[in-house]
Amino acid sequence: MKAVSLEEAVAMIPDGASIMVGGFMGVGTPERLLDEVVRQKKSDLSLICNDAATPGKGVGKLFDATLVSRLTATHIGLNPKAQQQMLANQVAVDLIPQGTFAERIRAGGCGLGGVLTPTGVGTLVAEGKRQIEVNGKPFLLETALRAQFALVHAFLADYLGNLAYALTSRNFNPVMAMAADTVIVTAEHIVPVGVIAPDHVVTPAPLVDYIIMNSNG
Amino acid sequence: MDAQEIIARRVAQELRPGNLVNLGIGIPTLVANYVSPDLKVFFQSENGLIGTGPIPEQGMEHPLLTDAGGRPISALPGACTFDSAMSFGLIRGGHVDVTVLGGLQVDASGHLANWMIPGKMVPGMGGAMDLVSGAKRVIVAMQHAAKGKSKIVKQCNLPLTSARPVSLVVTDMAVIDFADGKATLLETAPGISVGEVMAVTEAELAVPDKVPEMRL
Repeated sequence: MKAVSLEEAVAMIPDGASIMVGGFMGVGTPERLLDEVVRQKKSDLSLICNDAATPGKGVGKLFDATLVSRLTATHIGLNPKAQQQMLANQVAVDLIPQGTFAERIRAGGCGLGGVLTPTGVGTLVAEGKRQIEVNGKPFLLETALRAQFALVHAFLADYLGNLAYALTSRNFNPVMAMAADTVIVTAEHIVPVGVIAPDHVVTPAPLVDYIIMNSNG
Repeated sequence: MDAQEIIARRVAQELRPGNLVNLGIGIPTLVANYVSPDLKVFFQSENGLIGTGPIPEQGMEHPLLTDAGGRPISALPGACTFDSAMSFGLIRGGHVDVTVLGGLQVDASGHLANWMIPGKMVPGMGGAMDLVSGAKRVIVAMQHAAKGKSKIVKQCNLPLTSARPVSLVVTDMAVIDFADGKATLLETAPGISVGEVMAVTEAELAVPDKVPEMRL
């Protein structure tokens, strides 16, 4: 793990990069990293995030600044700007069931080629996918999902990079921290090593590449 | 009693002590208002919490404690939190006893459509497809008709949420069961006759000899 400034961290992300961003309706999202992505005008992004949040909040800011060209998400109904950009074909949107979204990312982080899920069998979601029977039950083959960068928000980070999360801000952050080539973290509090007890570490330090050290939150 | 309250009160009667329950957005959310704490039902919020409590008083909101719509909620003593893979493992894995969801259409064989209207409304399915695929019982809580048109249809013409049929539909006019793969009228709302239900229902309903009124 290396401590970097916001500016240095975001400068590593090229235009056109694929980024996973933690958060659920903007809760548990690394807001300061997204503000810096907007300030450095990183464009043509392939965004992987549960939802499009709302304008002005979380990944909603990336749609406000029209920096996204491709979105993989489960729900965008509460962000009219993301909907408009989808309908105007400015953003190619792949909507997938939330459990499938979680498992595809988990598979990506765990070295699996994909998962077999009953969710979506017999619906529009099944189109173009392989259906496989196991013990007489139909499942869809859903392939693993990875990204070049994961932007993760934790509640506590220690100086080694161990992470712990708070309440419902955990959501997709731990699975995304497993599934990207480079993992960049902001934390509400950065604490000395040992403050997060071993049993309470959710994301182990070796998974974290960079932590934003210059301020909290 | 307004339509939403009739539906929410009747759905609440379906919950059993110790059930793990997931409530969708809209009318389903109201169900929690009519469940006695003595029942010790666990409510799951799919963004990562079991043990959701009432909406916090003003000034008591916690920015990192929200429901699946991003609104502040509270956590009861004994609540627990987890990540989204665990949350949907609970849902898909059959650990959720009851899910209550809204609906756009339910057809005669119990198929639910509730996530998109092609060309009009494409918000995404969120967790709905996993909930209908995996929960032990799926209850749909919705108005019987919209703009005079029956929402209980012969066959859904909107995209399905799952190939798996739902268990029960509760509307402001009736309770309809889908136990044997066919729609059976179980109860009518107070003051509504079987004939009135049949008149506004597009799907064919099996009608037993006795159809009691909901007891609210």
